[in-house]
Amino acid sequence: MSASFSWTVLLATSALCFSIKFLGHSVPERWIANPRLQRINALIPIALLSALVVAQGLVTKSHVVIDHRLAGLIVAVVALIARAPFPVVVVAAAVTSAAVYHWR
Amino acid sequence: MSLFFRTTVRDSLSVALTVGAYGVAFGAASVAAGFSVLQTSLFSLLTFTGASQFAAVGVVASGGAAISAIGAATLLGTRNALYAIQLAPLLGVKGVRRLGAAHLTIDESTGVALSQASLGPDAMRLGFWLTGSGVFLFWNVFTVLGALGAKALGTPASWGLDAAVPAAFLGLVWPRLEDNHLRLTAAASMGFATLITPWLPAGLPIITTALVAVAMGWRPR
Repeated sequence: MSASFSWTVLLATSALCFSIKFLGHSVPERWIANPRLQRINALIPIALLSALVVAQGLVTKSHVVIDHRLAGLIVAVVALIARAPFPVVVVAAAVTSAAVYHWR
Repeated sequence: MSLFFRTTVRDSLSVALTVGAYGVAFGAASVAAGFSVLQTSLFSLLTFTGASQFAAVGVVASGGAAISAIGAATLLGTRNALYAIQLAPLLGVKGVRRLGAAHLTIDESTGVALSQASLGPDAMRLGFWLTGSGVFLFWNVFTVLGALGAKALGTPASWGLDAAVPAAFLGLVWPRLEDNHLRLTAAASMGFATLITPWLPAGLPIITTALVAVAMGWRPR
């Protein structure tokens, strides 16, 4: 990854995310009181985080690939169903995936 | 120390420490994606909104273009504007303090502030500032630890780091799935992202999945 690429992502993301927060503190409420906009906005995190699970867990170079990561994800689902705390979920997934990666 | 003060301080600090510890996962994910330890730390200092940070490095890790990474992070950050609109009349701050309030406007500071409503506006303001600055402190400390740890470990796959990152995303989305409509949205998003992945350049499937949110939120339930 080139330095200009990583700095662009870092600085643009930071500037935009701060601007959004500041905008919210500065505009009258009625500007974004539209109920449809609010409903969609509430679903955006779920849609994007779900897509990121797929992109990071099942995709390699634009191909859907089943590998050691899926084993880790399945263990993560089991841990979440068992109401395990976040660090346990992440570590359990990592350990499972590493084990499958080394032993398959 | 009055009763409301003690309750609010306890709520704020426990949230700050628990959530701040997730910074380890971000620090590790960011370094695994190819960012330097300095850049990773600056992400947590300057962007300071966890899901957006994870999204930016996640898109980069999957080989996406800069615009996809920035776009996904920004879309995830839009909910902070809605929080800010709710908080602004409560905080009533101007000038430099408004810049600080804006930077600390995240899921957790808003959540704790709103949850103190029964204790009155002073407790809500205290909850906001204490949770916001507490998460800021711990999130940044743990980000550095995670970044240095990942740097020392080397190859992400041999330590399971490549599965820890999607598991972290799953852990972020899971508590939000409170009813069937939200669960259906998550399942549809995963299905949609899987289907369009072979047809779009890396990174774009993630941001395109926002269309599922548009479809699912278009009509009132």
